[in-house]
Amino acid sequence: MQEKILVIIPAYNEASGIVGVINGIKKVMPNADIAVIDDGSKDLTCSVCQLLNAIVLSHPFNLGDGAARQTGYLFAKYNDYDFVVQIDADGQHDTEFLPSLLEPLKNGSADIVIGSRFLGVGQYKAEFAKKIGMGVFNTLASVITKTKITDSTSGYRAVNRKVIEYYAQPQQYPANFPDADLIIQSHIAGFKIQEVPVLMSQNTKDKPLHHGLGAYYYVFKMLFSITVTLLRGKTK
Amino acid sequence: MTLSNLVLSIAVSVGILILVFELVRRKKLNEEYSWLWIVTAVFLFLVSLFPPVLFWFTKLIGAALPISALFFLAVMFLLLIVLHFSTVISKLTNNQKTLAQKVAILEQKLNGNKLNK
Repeated sequence: MQEKILVIIPAYNEASGIVGVINGIKKVMPNADIAVIDDGSKDLTCSVCQLLNAIVLSHPFNLGDGAARQTGYLFAKYNDYDFVVQIDADGQHDTEFLPSLLEPLKNGSADIVIGSRFLGVGQYKAEFAKKIGMGVFNTLASVITKTKITDSTSGYRAVNRKVIEYYAQPQQYPANFPDADLIIQSHIAGFKIQEVPVLMSQNTKDKPLHHGLGAYYYVFKMLFSITVTLLRGKTK
Repeated sequence: MTLSNLVLSIAVSVGILILVFELVRRKKLNEEYSWLWIVTAVFLFLVSLFPPVLFWFTKLIGAALPISALFFLAVMFLLLIVLHFSTVISKLTNNQKTLAQKVAILEQKLNGNKLNK
């Protein structure tokens, strides 16, 4: 039986970059459905995606990146999808790697697959401060989950039906920066996590929130969130 | 504590109490968000009415004047109330997020892929 696959693309003012992403997905996985979650964009993101025949879920106002991903999971749950792959709208993630992300889910060796840019494919170079930050969170995530995590900030991930059901619950998905904390939370919830190598381009336009004051907030939020996640233990 | 201190603190606590009751009566304030205010006002009222309690508390926290102790209590209650509001705002934010997500999904179901913007 053919599995139902949904590719979700959270998008906020990404009309220019998203065309290539959607066409790339169609080329690699013609049978997958594509859902764009338009997080209150002010540009033509919504119309562009509708013209490309993607399913468009439009938030009435901006809710944040995590909330947009969660809307995708909610849609997947309502429509009985077997697998969900989440990919960024800015073209940073190479769509050629979609099948390799799904492989561990199909053969049952993992519930969550993370596409890592640091496993030998391509030569992604992060700047110094970012490298240190990533290193800290990767180490934390690896130690706690007892799985080698090399790219906890990667938004290129795939999950199976069990995880879709879990992420679709109102309180189970962070509204902002669903990174290392979510990996740890998912591990505590009992899901098997695995990384596969993927190619990522150097950020075309880096997310402004990871710069300046936003970077400090990110570090604070992530450390706080991980601590609280650990204190909370397993949540149903 | 001077008589004017006493009169002022009693007047303030009674004033808050009347204001809260009036707001609830006019349905401008929900009962579930009024209880902390009522507790604060009643507490201030009782403390002003029985100065020995206040004197004891003043000594306990090492304040120089009873009126300072009273202010300290008022600030503590305000902190509690503001913290309570932060939890309420968080709840509202979560509910708003869930609602907006469901609106997005329902709208897609209703309109399919018709250009709706």
